[in-house]
Amino acid sequence: MLEIRNLHAAIDGNEILKGLDLTIKKGEVHAIMGPNGSGKSTLAKVLAGHPDYEVTAGEVLYEGRNLLDMAPDERAREGVFMAFQYPIEIPGVSNAQFLRLAYNEKQKHFGRDELDPLEFKDLLKERAKVVEMDASFMTRSVNEGFSGGEKKRNEILQMAVLEPKLAVLDETDSGLDIDALRVVAGGVNQLQGPENAIIVVTHYQRLLNYIVPDFVHVLANGRIVREGGKELALELEEKGYDWIVKADLQGSGAAAPAN
Amino acid sequence: MVTELAKPQNNYQSAFQSMRKAKPSVAWVELVRESAMDRFEVLGYPTVKDEEWKYTNLASAAKENFLPLAVRADLTVEDANRFSYPETAASHVVLVNGEFRPELSQTNDLGDVVVLDLFNATTDARYSKIVRDDLARSATYHDQGLTALNTAFLQSGLFVLIPKNVALKTPLQITYITDTGASSQMTLPRVLVVAEENSSAKLIESFVARGEQSYFTNSVVEVVLKDGARLQHVRLQREGRNAIHVGTTSAELGKGSSYNSTAINLGAKLARHDVSVVMDHEGSECWVDGLYVVGPDQHSDTHSLIDHKVPYCNSHQLYKGILDGNGRAVFNGKVFVREGAQKTDALQTNKNLLLSPQARVDTKPQLEIYADDVKCAHGAVGQLDQDELFYLQARGINPDLGKSLLTYGFAEEVIGKIEIESIRKELDEAVMNQLHARLEVQG
Amino acid sequence: MSTAEFLGNKEYKYGFVTDIESDVIPRGLTEDTIHVISQKKNEPAWMLEFRLKAYRHWLTMTEPKHWPNLKYPTIDYQDIIYYSAPKQKPTLASLDEVDPELLKTFEKLGIPLTEQKQLAGVAVDAVFDSVSVATTYKEKLKKHGVIFCSFTEAIKDYPELIQKYLGSVVPTNDNFFAALNSAVFSDGSFCFIPKGVRCPMELSTYFRINNSESGQFERTLIVAEEGSHVSYLEGCTAPKFDKNQLHAAVVELIALDDAQIKYSTVQNWYAGDEEGRGGIYNFVTKRGKCAGRNSKISWTQVETGSAITWKYPSCILQGDNSIGEFYSVALTNHAQQADTGTKMIHLGKNTRSTIISKGIAAGRSNNSYRGLVKVMPKAENARNYTQCDSMLIGSSSGANTFPYIEVMNDSSSVEHEASTSKISEEQLFYLQQRGISSEDAVSLIINGFCKDVFLQLPMEFAVEATRLLGLKLEGSVG
Repeated sequence: MLEIRNLHAAIDGNEILKGLDLTIKKGEVHAIMGPNGSGKSTLAKVLAGHPDYEVTAGEVLYEGRNLLDMAPDERAREGVFMAFQYPIEIPGVSNAQFLRLAYNEKQKHFGRDELDPLEFKDLLKERAKVVEMDASFMTRSVNEGFSGGEKKRNEILQMAVLEPKLAVLDETDSGLDIDALRVVAGGVNQLQGPENAIIVVTHYQRLLNYIVPDFVHVLANGRIVREGGKELALELEEKGYDWIVKADLQGSGAAAPAN
Repeated sequence: MVTELAKPQNNYQSAFQSMRKAKPSVAWVELVRESAMDRFEVLGYPTVKDEEWKYTNLASAAKENFLPLAVRADLTVEDANRFSYPETAASHVVLVNGEFRPELSQTNDLGDVVVLDLFNATTDARYSKIVRDDLARSATYHDQGLTALNTAFLQSGLFVLIPKNVALKTPLQITYITDTGASSQMTLPRVLVVAEENSSAKLIESFVARGEQSYFTNSVVEVVLKDGARLQHVRLQREGRNAIHVGTTSAELGKGSSYNSTAINLGAKLARHDVSVVMDHEGSECWVDGLYVVGPDQHSDTHSLIDHKVPYCNSHQLYKGILDGNGRAVFNGKVFVREGAQKTDALQTNKNLLLSPQARVDTKPQLEIYADDVKCAHGAVGQLDQDELFYLQARGINPDLGKSLLTYGFAEEVIGKIEIESIRKELDEAVMNQLHARLEVQG
Repeated sequence: MSTAEFLGNKEYKYGFVTDIESDVIPRGLTEDTIHVISQKKNEPAWMLEFRLKAYRHWLTMTEPKHWPNLKYPTIDYQDIIYYSAPKQKPTLASLDEVDPELLKTFEKLGIPLTEQKQLAGVAVDAVFDSVSVATTYKEKLKKHGVIFCSFTEAIKDYPELIQKYLGSVVPTNDNFFAALNSAVFSDGSFCFIPKGVRCPMELSTYFRINNSESGQFERTLIVAEEGSHVSYLEGCTAPKFDKNQLHAAVVELIALDDAQIKYSTVQNWYAGDEEGRGGIYNFVTKRGKCAGRNSKISWTQVETGSAITWKYPSCILQGDNSIGEFYSVALTNHAQQADTGTKMIHLGKNTRSTIISKGIAAGRSNNSYRGLVKVMPKAENARNYTQCDSMLIGSSSGANTFPYIEVMNDSSSVEHEASTSKISEEQLFYLQQRGISSEDAVSLIINGFCKDVFLQLPMEFAVEATRLLGLKLEGSVG
């Protein structure tokens, strides 16, 4: 589904990603872990097409197409969804209005029927159950005055409505208490299936107790320096990141996996 | 009907000529004074037709024909010391009627900081270049009649230089004492403060008077902050009750510098303060705060301009006003964000409290924005919160006391920012006194 | 695609010219011009007197050029045609006798006038250059006692009402443009809602400038008697000409005890081209007087057109407990300039006013809010709340707020809040990430920004306003 080859990306001229390789197949859940500043969030933003980041080398193939050639909204309509670490507030625009527009854009894109407000309301009601969200959130402005937990739930609700093929969760666990974490993770799990894939970007192992990854990749200094199964996350929880980062520096990249 | 002969400018012209004779100077100073005098002759006093003077009328002052003071006042060191604070007992610089008086000043705690007669500094080999670069630049006399008049009469004043990397521990106090003896006199204090790279200091300005005669203070203070300099600036205007006070403070901020000013206006029957901060270098930040407490028969006007010319500068402004009796206040705050000054953060707040049915306030918190990103202004006029008053009453505080407590609290947001304890204490008392006087009157 | 490129693609769809024979007087303005206008309209002597008085005062006045934040070349008032009317029979028995060219014009503008096609629920007075050409639903309204007719008819048929109220809110010497209008106004609309009547339909005037040389000077007068309610809409368009045309209107509203007037405008005069050539100079005086107790006047405006807008719909809150409201969206693009806002003058006790202003500046345009809140000494417990939000699109536009707050009463409270923001890259990216195109994203954000004002508009107008903003702003970011 997704193939990243030798990806280099920079912001304001500073290179953050320095040759990243990653392959993701349908049905898989991948966790990207790493210390602060390792480039985790950069990867998520580059996949979504954030304009501040410049891809300086490498390629990203999404379902065989060059993802980097696609505008951010086109990527979204084609099924790439990013749950933002800091969801944006949009005053005066109601959640329902916003979601219906996004939903119908996608419907239009695939030549399917658009939903009128009433039909959409039913859909929204059903999907809102996934994240245990109250109906009153639908009439409120997008993320305005939402608590941290409500914002994150709203992200997952959007994911439930837009049904992405590839979901990238950027530090979705940050700032969540354990109950909210359970709800958010539960929502993500319900949306996971054999036809789609999820990338969970996180600093802590905590979230991975709820969303169990098939693969764990450790990112340091702009590259993936170690890969393993879910047990790697537990090992990181116990030993921290230092030993991997150090091993990487000593082995000057020898720790990078043979693919 | 003003005839040619009675034009006040003509009186100023003869005073100007005799001043020049008494205090001749080098060519560039003569040129500055002359062109400033020319401008004053064209501009004269501002009138209410000028948008910037819409709510403050100087017509009667213009008619009264205040003339620059020529006589020296006799003061003792003890007289002068009464105006200093414990924190500034050994860092107290005194100007009497605009003239720097070293023999009345205390400079032991000033260390490497230079304080000199500004007029002498223009010809002092060590400082003339700095003075020539920075004098009469930010306080422009081309469109301000009274600034032009002040500039034309440059004959003493004060030059303060805080050298590179110097961190002045003791606050430096400048006291402007007016002691005119006769009425209808004008004093024209002029000060240039240059804070060099990475220096830091606290500056207190205090405007006071001996006696209750009527006089006109027309002061101009220019503050130049070089890269990385930090200045805390407290301005206390406590002129006599019969005084007219027109003061200009203009500051220019260097790269990464920080300017934190608090202006307290309590005195004078008619007071006007023009404060401008020009942010022409990236990374600078300013706080421009103030409080005006306006009692019966007083008029207080503050015009501020925060000029964001380049990106990445922040400004914060909080001005509060308390009006009593038939007191009248004007606040005009302009935040200018020029084209290209992206990533600007500017916040402006003006709040006014009316305590009497005869009080009047005119406020204009305006924004002129030619670049994007977020900034905001807030202006409000109101009275004390009834819920708060009731809460105090429910705790056994009588309404009158409750009112003065809440009013005090209103003022405290500004006064509390002043980092010099004895000034804070004095201002607290002054505000309380003013309020108690009112409460007694109301019985 | 750059902002300018994209916006340049959008055509002003009302820019066509109607080819019609007109009765035009020679350009220029003298006392004779005023006599001619008055004669052409068969006016009574008192009307001519009113005009001449205004004209003589106008001669002593100067154009207000120093305080508005506007720049434009000097207007030559002798180079304007002050009267231009389509030639037609002096009196029409029915709408079907209106020149078919005119009917076609208004139909093209979305305002069908013929009996079969009239808009349901909205009575329309159609004004073409200097005169009213048709008024729909007149008879139906008459049954309810509501008078809705052209100003010319009103002078003839209801002279006592006109004499009583004309100039009572905006005196002839009020300001330069109001004086000019009072001297030369050629037509407009008159509405009178009698005591206790709720006007059964929306009243509306549609203004159309057609002649490239003529100015438009119309007059609107609305009187709402005790306990009556009326909602009035106003729309404006003009053809595209390279020359600027002057529009100087005066609107007066009077609300007596317990009466309510809601006045909505969607102003879409031709704004000039990208380079700032052509477009309407819109200098308008609009003022309402809440003369009675508990009366209410509410202004809602969506200003998207005109090269220059100079306009301050105001409320004089004279009656105790009266309410004034001002809701405004002003959008400027390319080289447009707007200096607009309101005045709320609190005279009576417990008077309340609300000002919500949303300014959007794109291109090289300059958008200023200028507002006065004045609380007079006797206005006990007066309340005002003002919120001025500006949004900048692109980096060459300017947004300014000039609030004047004058308070002379200690029991009153006035609150002013202003903010300036831009559409952030982050907001756009977020919407794009959800599959919404950047054009739709901008329009969504703008509509959210303006929501508080659009909520005040009658339904049909809200839809029109939303569409209009979208059209004017498409692609202006990114």
